[in-house]
Amino acid sequence: MTATSATKRPFRWHIAIFLAPAVLVYTAIMIMPLFGTLQLALFRNVSQSQVFVGLDNFRTLFGDPNWSTNFWNALRNNVWFFIIHMLVQNPVGVVLAALLSSPRLRFSAFYRTAIFIPTILSFVIVGFAWKLILSPLWGVAPNLLDLVGLKSLFTPWLGKEEYALTALSLISVWQFIGIPMMLIYAAMLSIPDEVIEAAECDGVTGMAQFWKIKLPLILPAIGIISILTFVGNFNAFDLIYTAQGALAGPNYSTDILGTFLYRAFFGFQLQVGDPNMGAAIATMMFLIILVGVCIYLFLIQTRLRRYQF
Amino acid sequence: MSRATNSFSRSAAAHAILIAYTIIALFPVFIIVINSFKARNAIFNAPMTPPTAETFDLVGYRTVLAQGDFLQYFQNSFIVTVSSLFFVLLFGAMAAFALSEYRFRGNKLMGLYLALGIMIPIRLGTVAILQLMVASGLVNTLTALVLVYTAQGLPLAIFILAEFMSTVSDDLKNAGRIDGLSEYTIFFRLVLPLVRPAMATVAVFTMIPIWNDLWFPLILAPSEATKTITLGAQMFIGQYVTNWNAVLAALSLAILPVLVLYLIFSRQLIRGITSGAVK
Repeated sequence: MTATSATKRPFRWHIAIFLAPAVLVYTAIMIMPLFGTLQLALFRNVSQSQVFVGLDNFRTLFGDPNWSTNFWNALRNNVWFFIIHMLVQNPVGVVLAALLSSPRLRFSAFYRTAIFIPTILSFVIVGFAWKLILSPLWGVAPNLLDLVGLKSLFTPWLGKEEYALTALSLISVWQFIGIPMMLIYAAMLSIPDEVIEAAECDGVTGMAQFWKIKLPLILPAIGIISILTFVGNFNAFDLIYTAQGALAGPNYSTDILGTFLYRAFFGFQLQVGDPNMGAAIATMMFLIILVGVCIYLFLIQTRLRRYQF
Repeated sequence: MSRATNSFSRSAAAHAILIAYTIIALFPVFIIVINSFKARNAIFNAPMTPPTAETFDLVGYRTVLAQGDFLQYFQNSFIVTVSSLFFVLLFGAMAAFALSEYRFRGNKLMGLYLALGIMIPIRLGTVAILQLMVASGLVNTLTALVLVYTAQGLPLAIFILAEFMSTVSDDLKNAGRIDGLSEYTIFFRLVLPLVRPAMATVAVFTMIPIWNDLWFPLILAPSEATKTITLGAQMFIGQYVTNWNAVLAALSLAILPVLVLYLIFSRQLIRGITSGAVK
């Protein structure tokens, strides 16, 4: 390494030149606007000029019922959105990955490729495709339920306040299941054969082998998936916007923080857009994500035992 | 004997579950694509059957091609995705090389700073990004989108590429130095060709979210001339929501290019994920 030489060397310009473009673009377009947004949350537009108002925007957000009802509603919905992801996406992902990684499984490349397809589609396609399929006008969903004799269960799920959010969460799970499946599949492939063989010698096979040997070894992968899901869910927007519009109907029952931010920032129909309130909401989202990431980094990740083979 | 039947029934069960889930994953795509080729009556009367000689109809595609400027949208998406990808890969690889190759003061800190963006989504800075773009006159230009997506893609690209570059042999680089190659030549001629597989992985990971993004095109470049295919399809479908032929055709047209690209690159993508690059 040239850097270890003791003599004082001239400034190594090439390091700066290698780093400069990435650091400049990243700082100018990502970091500065992020802090700029946090800062804007402390200002308000009074007669065409930005005035520093301290935490007033947050007082409005939490104190004014017009804002606070919407905010808590969006946050509650967002938490439910996340819970559904954790309860459905991770277990199903683990099961699929466990099946795919079983040795001598034929066609596993085909299954992998096919199950990952929804993940590469855009929200616009996914949102509209499911909207059409679940539409009572078209009749695909009732027809399918009829095949298994459950036609009576059908209602227009996306149009009912009590089901819409759960239905959208499940659509989102359907779309993203490929990611947990792949990451857990990768984690399972990295378990060495000797460990599995040793377990088999000790008579640990089948389900017991999964629970006692494989699951503890893939816990770090599940931890990473959980935090990725958390960050993704708390800044989700596109699916709700395409399927239900910016008003996140019916009656705001599918409103999450992303759609709430969009309406506050740009305005919608009768509401006038307010960049400062938008910035205040973005700040809250930033804090929520930061808390989640910190909990993961400092509480969960350090406790998960990692095995080095 | 019993052991053989046992393993047979177990693998049959595994196949049954996997086939069932594959059907769940593919069915919506399948039903949209087959119905896009049918006449309006057939879409409603027999949604589950593939088009037959009598029900085959391309009216949806004709509407889409006549009404929406999809070729323009497609071109915009293509320009934005390819340019962003180029900058992410070039700048990302340069920064990753600096971080993994040289020891300098602040190296660790710089790495940490650049990794922040992996966890904190760029969307949270939207309010100030829009102000920045308004101030610099970049609203409704593809440049704005390219800049944003480059910034968005860099953190993960640097993280993955730095891991890979640290595995390139030091002897090779030092041999180059002894032969009098400059650091730039070493990077471009020796190191870059060796990390090509990692670059391909990063490319796929960077490309999908950019191509599919709706948020930034909607906010930064919603004008007719700069709409991307995702935004264009969204607005077109919103307008033609009662014209089922057109909607189904637009959805199919939006699915096809991504699907073809995916089938070409799926091996690369899956190898990238399973090689542990993102663990």
